Amino acid sequence: MGSLFRSEEMTLCQLFLQSEAAYACVSELGELGLVQFRDLNPDVNAFQRKFVNEVRRCDEMERKLRYLEKEIRRDGIPMLEIPGECPEAPQPREMIDLEATFEKLENELREVNQNAEALKRNFLELTELKHILRKTQVFFDEHEGGANTTESMTRALISDDPNRHIGHVQLGLRDKQESLEFLPCFVAGVILRERIPAFERMLWRACRGNVFLRQAEIDTPLEDPSSSDQVFKSVFIIFFQGDQLKTRVKKICEGFRATLYPCPEAPADRREMAMGVMTRIEDLNTVLGQTQDHRHRVLVAAAKNIKNWFVKVRKIKAIYHTLNLFNLDVTQKCLIAECWVPALDLETIQLALRRGTERSGSSVPPILNRMETLEDPPTYNRTNKFTFAFQNLIYAYGVATYREVNPAPYTIITFPFLFAVMFGDLGHGALMAAFGFWMCYKEKPLQAKKIDSEIWTIFFGGRYIILLMGLFSMYTGLIYNDIFSKSLNIFGSAWRNNYNQSTLESNKMLQLNPDSDAYTQTPYPFGIDPVWQLAEANKIIFMNAYKMKISIIIGVFHMLFGVCLSLWNHLYFKRRISIYVEFIPQILFLVLLFFYMVLLMFIKWTSYGPNAAHLGSDDPEIVKTSAYCAPSILITFINMMLFKTDPNTRPQCNDNMYAGQIGLQKFFVIVALMCVPVMLFGKPYFIMKEQKERARQGHQTIEGAAENGAAGGAALPPPQHHDEDITEVFIHQAIHTIEYVLGSISHTASYLRLWALSLAHAQLAEVAWNMLLRKGLMSRDFEGGIFLYVVFAGWAAISVSILVLMEGLSAFLHTLRLHWVEFQSKFYSGEGYLFQPFSFEVILDSAGQGEE
Amino acid sequence: MGASFVPITVFTVLWGIVGIVCPFFVPKGPNRGITQVVLMLTAATCWLFWLCAYMAQMNPLIGPRLTSETLIWIARTWGEPY
Repeated sequence: MGSLFRSEEMTLCQLFLQSEAAYACVSELGELGLVQFRDLNPDVNAFQRKFVNEVRRCDEMERKLRYLEKEIRRDGIPMLEIPGECPEAPQPREMIDLEATFEKLENELREVNQNAEALKRNFLELTELKHILRKTQVFFDEHEGGANTTESMTRALISDDPNRHIGHVQLGLRDKQESLEFLPCFVAGVILRERIPAFERMLWRACRGNVFLRQAEIDTPLEDPSSSDQVFKSVFIIFFQGDQLKTRVKKICEGFRATLYPCPEAPADRREMAMGVMTRIEDLNTVLGQTQDHRHRVLVAAAKNIKNWFVKVRKIKAIYHTLNLFNLDVTQKCLIAECWVPALDLETIQLALRRGTERSGSSVPPILNRMETLEDPPTYNRTNKFTFAFQNLIYAYGVATYREVNPAPYTIITFPFLFAVMFGDLGHGALMAAFGFWMCYKEKPLQAKKIDSEIWTIFFGGRYIILLMGLFSMYTGLIYNDIFSKSLNIFGSAWRNNYNQSTLESNKMLQLNPDSDAYTQTPYPFGIDPVWQLAEANKIIFMNAYKMKISIIIGVFHMLFGVCLSLWNHLYFKRRISIYVEFIPQILFLVLLFFYMVLLMFIKWTSYGPNAAHLGSDDPEIVKTSAYCAPSILITFINMMLFKTDPNTRPQCNDNMYAGQIGLQKFFVIVALMCVPVMLFGKPYFIMKEQKERARQGHQTIEGAAENGAAGGAALPPPQHHDEDITEVFIHQAIHTIEYVLGSISHTASYLRLWALSLAHAQLAEVAWNMLLRKGLMSRDFEGGIFLYVVFAGWAAISVSILVLMEGLSAFLHTLRLHWVEFQSKFYSGEGYLFQPFSFEVILDSAGQGEE
Repeated sequence: MGASFVPITVFTVLWGIVGIVCPFFVPKGPNRGITQVVLMLTAATCWLFWLCAYMAQMNPLIGPRLTSETLIWIARTWGEPY
């Protein structure tokens, strides 16, 4: 039996590992990924476990690697993917080597970085100074040129006549050009450009307008060494007088984080200084270049191995984490582990353990013991890349109870099929199938690309579902005869025009009569006749009648299938009582009421209509089977449930669809209603009976034990039974029954969403065609071509975005609901928990994702 | 009964082959069971869907209501009634 039909059989095993061999063995098991270890020291604090030290060391190594990676990323050096296979987990002794390597690399890098930062800071200062010298030169030149005096003269004036300059200040800065000449002190510096306005305002206010600020922007952005951001700065120079103002100005500069630089007053000094700065900058540049080169070399060397190292470290860490779950035995020489293992894989696991022992060079083989347990084993379904997506759809609802029937294998087909009933359109289906096929065909390259957009991941994960949904939509589209809301006339329509010319000319609309030679009396062989697409007046009436019926038919079959799967569950778990008091009444209820309705539909399809041999006949016998006498199925069904017969309004017709219909229907309804109390009370009754039986037997054993005790043997404790509370059973069963009975009705109605969505899809497609493409196709001439070009773009965009994507999504969600609620509620309890094996692959994958 | 022998046979046999005959020839392997289920369900669903479309049209209760222009076009391109 294929494994996907039920979850794998699991066994709880006890594993005895020699302490030397434990590491290697766990490493092998991690490569295998088939063992789920249980925590044997759940009450031990994470810090008190045995291998805490090792885990901490691994964490430290990982931190170093992350640091390295960050640096590598910052320099934009490509990291090499691991060539070929993943490296195996290294031996524990290799850990020391790795640690040493990482330590060395980290230290080296940190040192280089520190040096580089210091150098950069130096460089920044020099550059700023360079700019200051250059810009202030302009200020000085300006005022010298404007006042037509030399600096020495200014100085002389100031020293000569202090009164004058005081007077000037008292007058305020009436004339800036003039006043400049008399301001003796200044500071020059650099400040962030965005701080300039606030800085200026602050200076003005704090010094009451007694200072004069000139500023110039530095055009090239400068690099901030601490954050390595590019920042824009401005050079400023402040002129003021007096020590009091000087301290104030300096304080303000400090407050605004402006850097002040010494700036000589004499032009010759400035020039000299500028020269000195330039040479120093050049020297620094060479040193910086060398530092950068060195850093780059270190990083390139590290980039080659970093992925490899990451894998190794993560594997070591995972192994020690697992070892922390183990128990030490009394002699301290042996580690004891408990694990869930798929029964079929015991041999592979034994082999892996043996490999591990050989690798570690230990002489004592590990021991794997099966254990008996009452615990529920985890659910494990072996999937491949095709079934994986379908299994996930099921898991999204709930993980199957251990060994329960798994709906996934049936979902593979029923899911795309129900989707396609709602999405039926050959054109849209083909688009979807093409997209799905492309993703399946380019699977490997697309997987390797590792696109981490969430929407893409969802689409790519469901590529096989999308492909199948597309293919089934193409089939249902062919049956609906819908391709972008147009029809194909492959086999030749079964309808002809039988009106003569004068009738055609005198009427605008004419209805073809099926009871005449307008209809060939044999239907279109595959799908819906193309004539209906042309019949804009009553196409919907015909399609609604057809689609509603097929929705109910498909729904009833789907639910019957679900109930049958519950039988398989009961048989497997040997719940004989459940078969009699649950499965049989359930299926009777469904068949007698709803499957009977389906049968009525088929009877109506086959027995009412034109008679090929007597077209247009008025013979009363033939009228009875004509379209005129066709009953409404819904009314018939409602009357059946209400035990009612409508008064005959059509005297030519029979009251019944077949002889004895009323009696049979009454019988069906009564039997179906009788099923309800069986469902309600059957199981609690049997459970009660069983408990009584057991209680009596229990009495006997106790009595027997007492006798034994009297005879000198030890008194046995009475056998423990997990007797469920009978009221609880009753309530549980009542809920189940109500759910099933009411559910059958509401679920049947719920399948009408198949009709509703397929109607909506067909109508939307038609609207898109009529409102857009038809307008384009009807325009003529050269301009018409251009118009069509534009209109086609609009129509294609709407077709893909609304009809394929949005409608596809809504149909997908409705299909999901039909499976989760209507189908799975019949047999699936979903109360299990997932098997999560210790596997390097999973650990590395999740670590890789967390990092991005 | 307005059924025709040929299409019913053709499509029933076609889906019958897919759903009943093909499952016997699925290669042995771990996925044999799944493939069989897939084939059988495909055949069952597709056949049922086709059957419903066919039967719904076997005895039409109403005929299409068309504009006379469409009817004239039908008369020209699809030909006369049999």
